[in-house]
Amino acid sequence: MPLRGEYLGMTLTIDDVDEENREFFRYCHAGDFRLQRGRKSGLLRYPPTTACPWTSDRESDWVSVEGKGIVHTYTEVRHPIQPAFRDLVPYLILLVDLDTQKGEPTEHEALRVAGNLVTPDGAFAPPETIERVGIGTRVRMVFVEVCEGMSIPHWTIDEEAEQPDPPWRYPDA
Amino acid sequence: MTSDLDATTSKGLRNRYAICGVGETDYMRGSKYSTRSLATWAVKNAMDDAGLTAADIDGMLSYSGNDSTFSTFVAGDLGIRLNFYMDVHGGGSSTEALVGIATGVIEAGMCNTVAIFRAMNGYSQVRIGGTGARSAAPITGDQIHMRAYGWQSAGQMFAPTFMRHLHDYGTTPAQVAAVKVAHSKHASNNPKAYYRKRYTVEEVLASRMICKPLHLLDCCVETDNATCIIVTRTERARDLRPRPALVRGVVGRCCRPRADNYYQHGPLATVAGHYAKDLLWPNAGLGPSEVDLTGSYDAFTFTAMLQLEDYGFCAKGEGGDYVSNGAIELGGARPNNTSGGHLCEGYTHGMNMVIENVRQLRGEVDDSCPIGPDGAPEHTYDYGEGGCRQVRGAEISANLGWGTPGLGSAMVLERG
Repeated sequence: MPLRGEYLGMTLTIDDVDEENREFFRYCHAGDFRLQRGRKSGLLRYPPTTACPWTSDRESDWVSVEGKGIVHTYTEVRHPIQPAFRDLVPYLILLVDLDTQKGEPTEHEALRVAGNLVTPDGAFAPPETIERVGIGTRVRMVFVEVCEGMSIPHWTIDEEAEQPDPPWRYPDA
Repeated sequence: MTSDLDATTSKGLRNRYAICGVGETDYMRGSKYSTRSLATWAVKNAMDDAGLTAADIDGMLSYSGNDSTFSTFVAGDLGIRLNFYMDVHGGGSSTEALVGIATGVIEAGMCNTVAIFRAMNGYSQVRIGGTGARSAAPITGDQIHMRAYGWQSAGQMFAPTFMRHLHDYGTTPAQVAAVKVAHSKHASNNPKAYYRKRYTVEEVLASRMICKPLHLLDCCVETDNATCIIVTRTERARDLRPRPALVRGVVGRCCRPRADNYYQHGPLATVAGHYAKDLLWPNAGLGPSEVDLTGSYDAFTFTAMLQLEDYGFCAKGEGGDYVSNGAIELGGARPNNTSGGHLCEGYTHGMNMVIENVRQLRGEVDDSCPIGPDGAPEHTYDYGEGGCRQVRGAEISANLGWGTPGLGSAMVLERG
């Protein structure tokens, strides 16, 4: 049976044959952020794939990774495209460089994990919170449940971390 | 600029193939025509342009994102018997790549003359902006890592890359808005363009925000249309009425590392053109300084700028200045998208920008200039509103096709 859940009114499914994604989201559901580490390269990769992008081999292990990082870039969506997001604008899409493996194996590479900006309890962040976030903001991962066996990672401001003052934000006129 | 890199196109083929015919439908909304009908219309116009009949064409290529018709339907409807055809998946970056494929299959003896088309109801059926039925479809497997976050449309997908350029290089929204200003000037002199109104930087920045840094007027139009170009051997093209546009060099769907997961690699504001340029210029045997006009894909104002920069028309990081200093406007050093491109003329996934450059190299751009006794326009080179849009002395053009930040295609054409 495909894994199937409802999230914000959207139907999310993972096929039986998609073992990498089943594992990834199952670990997220357990509150444990895990990525595949290639056995040959010793390098972590995201999103889940069948081969290591540095050594092409298929052997990997799921390794727990700390869900902390820094906003590498973002967009603030004002005009919703998907019906599910119609009442959620404005919302942020973040690409976050994990602290783990940042700048490896080459200078401009990172485990760049996507997510929305949410509150610590997983609700979409209100406008006054969105205004605090930009490139350079330190964030930590939170999980939002979709169904049994599937949660998706999101990001919230890491209130315990030292923050840039201010982070880089789009220069609104 | 040139290097000794081995390239995808044999340099021995340089200028041995040519675009001998071009054609399109009207640029419309609410077309009331099927994609099969639109394609048939555009291919016939290209055949008429070249002076070819159905018996002269024996190859066909098309591209789509499961939103269009097939070569067998279109060829059959036009009475064309095919020796070769292929319908491939893809959007922007396909046109130039398929020209390369056409030269290869002709060279391999598989056929003689190839019509390449793209037919789409990008407004009335499958909306290119991403709204409509596709936006509400179930989200499966790999898509969860993007679409579940409301990260789905082209604008949403590319915006984080564009934002990084502003951050890394201090590029300003006003500089980038100048792309729309330039292309809208060009479109105002193009009777075919869907939008012919001229815009100012202030109007672009005052238009509503779609997703930062993209205002509405940073985004291309959605239209219904089909386009076609015909490729054959140069020696054959020389027997036809139109002056041929010679294919000097081509690059097809050249990718950044990690391809679809390109955002894992960096720097994010460096796009596929950074890699494609090392194939394009050696293939063509020239560099950016020898190019008279460009067709840098303008799905968004930013895509045109990023590619002009990464193909070397200016230094990395100086794209904001290059697109706002007048160089890309008609009358400037190297005009870009003189038809108005995707921002104004119509959205075709790249082919109208190739068609435009073919006409520029012929010296036969359609504008509002008076028609001479031989039926050809007598160009005034007055680029004021409603005037001329022919580039004086156009000999070399470069098309820079964009698929995503992670992949692109390119082609250099020469006046035959």
